[in-house]
Amino acid sequence: MDLPDREQLKAAIFEAITSIAPEIDTADIRPDRPLRQQIDLDSFDFLNVIIRLHETLGIDIPESDYGEMQTLDGALDYLLRRCGGKAAPG
Amino acid sequence: MSEFRMPSLGADMDAGTLVEWHIKPGDAVKRGQVVAVVETQKGAIDVEVWEDGLVERLLVQPGAKVPVGEVLAVLRGVGESAADTTQATAATATERRKVSPAARRLAEELGVDLAAVQPQEPDGVISRADVERAAAAGKPAASAAESGDWHAQMRKAIAAAMSKSKREIPHYYLATDIDMTRVTEWLRTGNEKRPVTARLLPAVPLMKAVALALREVPELNGFWVDGRFQPSSAIHLGMAIAMRGGGLVAPAIHDADSKSCDELMAALRDLITRVRGGRLRSSEMADPTVTLTSLGEQGVAQVFGVIYPPQVAIIGLGKIAERPHAVGGIVNVSPMLTASLAADHRVSDGHRGALFLAALDRLLQEPEKLG
Repeated sequence: MDLPDREQLKAAIFEAITSIAPEIDTADIRPDRPLRQQIDLDSFDFLNVIIRLHETLGIDIPESDYGEMQTLDGALDYLLRRCGGKAAPG
Repeated sequence: MSEFRMPSLGADMDAGTLVEWHIKPGDAVKRGQVVAVVETQKGAIDVEVWEDGLVERLLVQPGAKVPVGEVLAVLRGVGESAADTTQATAATATERRKVSPAARRLAEELGVDLAAVQPQEPDGVISRADVERAAAAGKPAASAAESGDWHAQMRKAIAAAMSKSKREIPHYYLATDIDMTRVTEWLRTGNEKRPVTARLLPAVPLMKAVALALREVPELNGFWVDGRFQPSSAIHLGMAIAMRGGGLVAPAIHDADSKSCDELMAALRDLITRVRGGRLRSSEMADPTVTLTSLGEQGVAQVFGVIYPPQVAIIGLGKIAERPHAVGGIVNVSPMLTASLAADHRVSDGHRGALFLAALDRLLQEPEKLG
């Protein structure tokens, strides 16, 4: 797909979250607060979000980068960089 | 002929509601096949059958709540003739109740269990009208989940089991701190090489080590039944899994000690997915031989569990966190885990419990050997 923008990445993250925890209202997520605590995602749920993003965006997020995914804003910054990097190598 | 009965899916279950049949008369069934869905206080459970055979008759229709042990269906053994079966069931039914032939035929058509039908006439003969009434009463197949009191039901189930545990089981508690440096490193390097879909969670090597340590201290694995301990040769690890929105279940991962870490991860993934989706199997609910509970995700340092009767032990794992740790006179900062054991003092003593925790620690120092 074309380079996804921030809104598309946000939609992809929300889709991944609601596929695992359908009861969550993503509108309530505070983008600057730790994501997992806000919506009670355990490590298994979080791994499923990572797998889902791998499927929809085609990127492999290594465990060593999980630290950058702690907040919604952080995750968007990270994914934007990763997706952009993939489309424009070098 | 054999009877397929409402299974007991835990010490706290006394009845279940049949939600749906996956079989119909004439179907061949295989041992282990999921044949029905039963709604319990712990959600909808896929119920398996424990022998091969042919479905002769379904005696209970969806929507009916029946006690544990009630016959749900009659199966015919492979090679057994239909006549044998009919005779045998007819005999059983007559012993139990007086039923008019028309009522019996109707009950069969509607799949109503005659044992659950109350006759209106004082002489106690069940009529067609009684069967029709029973069928109508069974119709509202609103499952507990749909009717909204599901959480209340689950709290009731947990309350019953935990009260029984604290009333009857003399718990003793032990804890030990385990250096997780090697496990953490083994996971990190291993997961770097794995595709994202095959990554292991830290719970996996812990599950394997717990299962292997239980082999060394078998007094922690089994059941307290009829005033004595019945050890289990199989290690079916009950995994306490929180449900979204409250409550928990602790279904089993079967033969955890002989599964590889990859197999355990696959089993855990399958189990958690089905817990969250509300579809567990009867065997998983019924036969955990010991329970593992892990609350580290919520940041707690240590957890001392309440034993789920009739089991005799529960292992608790806290958060893996960096803490000062002295080795050989030098204080290091290492990833540490507090593992606890709550065990039944009627079955084991603190010394044996301590050996279990020591074995767990030893096994976790050589994660590459966990397999």
